[in-house]
Amino acid sequence: MDMNEIKEIFFQECEEQLAELESGLLKLNDGDRDPETVNAVFRAVHSIKGGAGAFGLDDLVSFAHVFETTLDCVRSNRLEPNQDVLKVMLKSADVLADLTNAARDGGSVDQARSRQLIKELEALANGELPQASPAEPAPRGAAPTPAPVVAPPVNEEGFQPVAFSFEDFEADEPALIEGTCYEIVFRPKSELYAKGNDATLLLRDLSRLGEMSIHCDTDGLPPLDRMNPEEAYFSWKISLKTDKGEDAVRSVFEFAEWDCDLDIALACGGAVDASEELPMQPVPFDLSLLDEAAAGSAEEEEQIATRDRDAAVSAAETASNVLQMAQSSNRAPVEAQRNAAAAQQAASAATPTIRVDLDRVDRLINLVGELVINQAMLSQSVIENDTNGTSSINMGLEELQQLTREIQDSVMAIRAQPVKPVFQRMSRIVREIADMTGKSVRLVTEGENTEVDKTVIDKLAEPLTHMIRNAVDHGLETPEKRLAAGKSAEGTVRLTAKHRSGRIVIELADDGAGINREKVRQKAIDNDLIAADANLSDEEIDNLIFHAGFSTADKISDISGRGVGMDVVKRSIQALGGRINISSKPGQGSVFTMSLPLTLAVLDGMVVTVANQTLVVPLTAIVETLQPEASAIHSFGASQRLISIRNSFCPLVDVGRILNFRATQANPVEGVALLVESEGGGQRALMVDAIQGQRQVVIKSLEANYTHVPGIAAATILGDGRVALILDVDAIVAASRGQSLKPEMSLAAAG
Amino acid sequence: MTYAAKNLTTGGRELIAFRVGDQEFCVNIMAVREIRGWTPATPMPHAPSYVLGVINLRGAVLPIVDLSARLGMKAAEPTVRHVIIVAQVKSQMVGLLVDAVSDILTVRDDEIQPTPDISSEFEKSFARGVLAIEGRMICLIELEAVFPREEREAA
Repeated sequence: MDMNEIKEIFFQECEEQLAELESGLLKLNDGDRDPETVNAVFRAVHSIKGGAGAFGLDDLVSFAHVFETTLDCVRSNRLEPNQDVLKVMLKSADVLADLTNAARDGGSVDQARSRQLIKELEALANGELPQASPAEPAPRGAAPTPAPVVAPPVNEEGFQPVAFSFEDFEADEPALIEGTCYEIVFRPKSELYAKGNDATLLLRDLSRLGEMSIHCDTDGLPPLDRMNPEEAYFSWKISLKTDKGEDAVRSVFEFAEWDCDLDIALACGGAVDASEELPMQPVPFDLSLLDEAAAGSAEEEEQIATRDRDAAVSAAETASNVLQMAQSSNRAPVEAQRNAAAAQQAASAATPTIRVDLDRVDRLINLVGELVINQAMLSQSVIENDTNGTSSINMGLEELQQLTREIQDSVMAIRAQPVKPVFQRMSRIVREIADMTGKSVRLVTEGENTEVDKTVIDKLAEPLTHMIRNAVDHGLETPEKRLAAGKSAEGTVRLTAKHRSGRIVIELADDGAGINREKVRQKAIDNDLIAADANLSDEEIDNLIFHAGFSTADKISDISGRGVGMDVVKRSIQALGGRINISSKPGQGSVFTMSLPLTLAVLDGMVVTVANQTLVVPLTAIVETLQPEASAIHSFGASQRLISIRNSFCPLVDVGRILNFRATQANPVEGVALLVESEGGGQRALMVDAIQGQRQVVIKSLEANYTHVPGIAAATILGDGRVALILDVDAIVAASRGQSLKPEMSLAAAG
Repeated sequence: MTYAAKNLTTGGRELIAFRVGDQEFCVNIMAVREIRGWTPATPMPHAPSYVLGVINLRGAVLPIVDLSARLGMKAAEPTVRHVIIVAQVKSQMVGLLVDAVSDILTVRDDEIQPTPDISSEFEKSFARGVLAIEGRMICLIELEAVFPREEREAA
C-alpha cells in the first residue's frame, strides 16, 4: 500500500468523521446533552487533526486544533453548548470540511472565513461568551457541575465576582456592570521586536477594549552611548477599564505572551493603590463554589492572588485533570480519557464495517443479476422439457431459486444506503444561505434513514442543493415580512424521504410565501413563454418555473439566478429517471415532490402481455386486478371509457395504445384491468392483454446505453433472455390525464 | 495496445468494413466491441423508426439501430443472417444492424478522401470521408452522428 492509498483512506475516514461531527453538532443543537455525543464530536475533530498531522496538512491541523480546544471546553463543561456556540461550531465544521476537501483536491479555501472562525473559536474557549458573562455564570457554576469542576469556575469567572464586590465601594450603577479595571504591566523583551511585533500595535488593540490610560516607564533607558538598538528598554503601566473579561485582555497579547513580562491585575476604577486588597474581595464568594472540592483550594487562592497565567496552568494541572486545555504539554491524561470514551462507545454500539471499492460491489451486483437471469432461464427450460417431472431436479431448482434470491437480496443491500449524508449536507447549505440572506431558517429532516441505492444518493445532492437554495432564497420571506404575515420569524424548510411504489419520494416543503403566480405569469409573458391572454390553471403557472431561463428573483443575487434554474433541476431529476412536481399555496409555502427510482434494485413485478410485448408492472403500484365485464364498461365522451368498480367510476387506460404499440384501443373485455394508484393519488384501470405472473426482476438501466423513455421506468431481462420494459405507472397515469408522453427526441424528426 | 502500436509503425489505422444494402461502410475498429448475430429486439415505445428496440447483451440493455434506416435507406427486415456490430460511442454502447461484415482494412490517413460535395446535409453529418479500395467505394462513418445523441443531452 503506497502513501497515496493511505492518504485516500484518510480522506475517506475524514468524510465519515465530518458526517459524525455534523450530526453530533446538530444533535447538540436540538438539545441533546449526552456526554457521548460531545465525545463523539470531539473525537471526530481529533481524528481529523491526527491524520492531517501525519500527512503534514498544516492548515487543517491548525484549524482542527483550535476547534478541538474549544470542543474540549464543552466536553469538560466549561462551555455551555448553547445556540450561539453551536452556530460557530457548525460553521467551523463547514470550514473543516472545506479544508479537508482542499487538502484532497487541491482547491482553495476562504482564508478570511477560517481566520474569522479561528478567532471566534478561541474567544469561546477563552470564555468570552456573550451570554455567559452577565447573568448566567453563578447558577451554572453552582448547579450542574458541582464536584468535578474545580478550577474552571475560578478561571472563567474569577473576575466576575469583583463586579459584585464593587457595590460596597461605589454606588455608581453603570460602572458596576461595565467597569472591571485592570492594572497591566507590560514589559516587552527584545524577542518581541525580533519577531516583528510592535508594542504600539498591541497597545492600540488594548485601547479598543475600553478606557485606558498609559504610563510609559523609561527608567530602564540607558545613556545613548550604551544603548543597544536591538534591546528593549521601555515598559508600560496601563490602567484599563473594560467590560470585557480578562481573557480578552490576555488575547491582545496572545502572540506576544512569551516575549514579554505581563502582569495583569485587577484594580477598581482608578483606585490603583487599593489593588492589593481588591482581588481578595471575591474570595468568599468563590469559596462557596469551591467548598465541595477542597483539593487544590490553596493553589486557587494563590492563583487568584497572583493572576499569573503560568501559575494558573500548573495549579489547574495539579488540581484536576478535567482541565485539559488541549495544551500539548499535557497529553497523557487526554489520551487516557479518550481511550475510555472510545471504549465506552465500542461497548455501546458500533457494528464493525469494512470499506469496499464501489466498483467491486457493482461487479458483484452485475454477476448476481446474471445469475438470477440464468437461473430463470434454467427453470424455464426444465419446465418446458419436463418429462414427468423428475422431482430431484425440480427440488434442486427450487432451492437454487431460493438461494439466488437470498444472494440477490444481500448483494443489493450492500449498495443501499440511507439518504442521511445528503440530508446532512443540506443543513450546511441552509445555514449558509440563511446567513447570506439574513433569514432565520430551521431545517427539519424526516425519513433520513430511508435507504436508496448509492448511485441515486450521489446524484441527489446537486438538484437538492439547488432546490434548498431556492426554498430559502425565494421561498421564505424575510423575518420582518413573516412577522407581518403573522408567522413566526423563523422559517421552516422540511426535507422528507420515504419509499413509495418502489420509488423514493423526496419532498421539500417550505412555509414561505408560496409562488407568486402573478409575477411568474408576467415573467412568462415577458419571455414569450405564454400568450398574454393565456388562460392557465394554477398548476400550469407553477410549472412555468421549470422552463429554461426562468427565475423569479427580482435581481440576480449571489445565491441564485446564476442562469441555473429549476429547468436544470428538472433535467437532472429526469436524467435519474425521476419526476418532479410542485404544489404551492399562496402565503403558506411550496412543496416540491421528487420521485426517483431505486436504480439497480430488485423489483417485484407483475409480468403482463400488451400487444404481443411483455411488460413488467411494479407490484407496489397495483391495488387489484380484475376481469372487466361488458356491463361495467361505460363510454364517456368521444374516446374516454370508464369502468365501474363497486359503484365508482375509474378511467380505463389502454397501455398498448398509450405506449404506441397499437393504433386503436383494444377491447377491454378481452383484457385484464390493473387497478393502480398513482403518486398523485388518482386511481386508474390500466388495460393489458393478459397477466403472465408475478416475478422478481432485476432493474436494468435504459439510460446507460439508450435514453430515458417516457412511460418506461427501466428494463429488465426475462427468463428467456429477452429484454422486458418496466412500466412507469405514474407517468402512464399522468399521460392519461392529457399530459404528453411524447418523447423528447429531436433527431426522431430529423431521421 | 497492439492496434495503437501497429498504427505507430504503419502510420495507418484499422477499420471494419460492412455492407448495408448495396453500399459499403466502415468504422474505426477501436470502437467495435464485438460482432454478433441478430436476436429479436424488444421494441421501445415512441422510439425513432431506426431504433429497432433493445436486446440483452450479457445483462446490459443494448439499443439496436437499423443502420440502413438511420442512413435514410430502406428499413431492414432483420433475419438470422443479419449482423449486429456492438460499438462504443463515448460511454454508451450501441448495436448497429448491418447486412454483413466484409473485411478489416488497414488504411493510412491520407487514403481517406474527403466526403464528396453532395447535396444532403444529413449524409454529410455522418460521413467522415470515403475510401477507394480495389474499385469499391467505402464510406467511413462517424459513429457519434449515427447514434441519436442530442436527445439524451436534452432529456
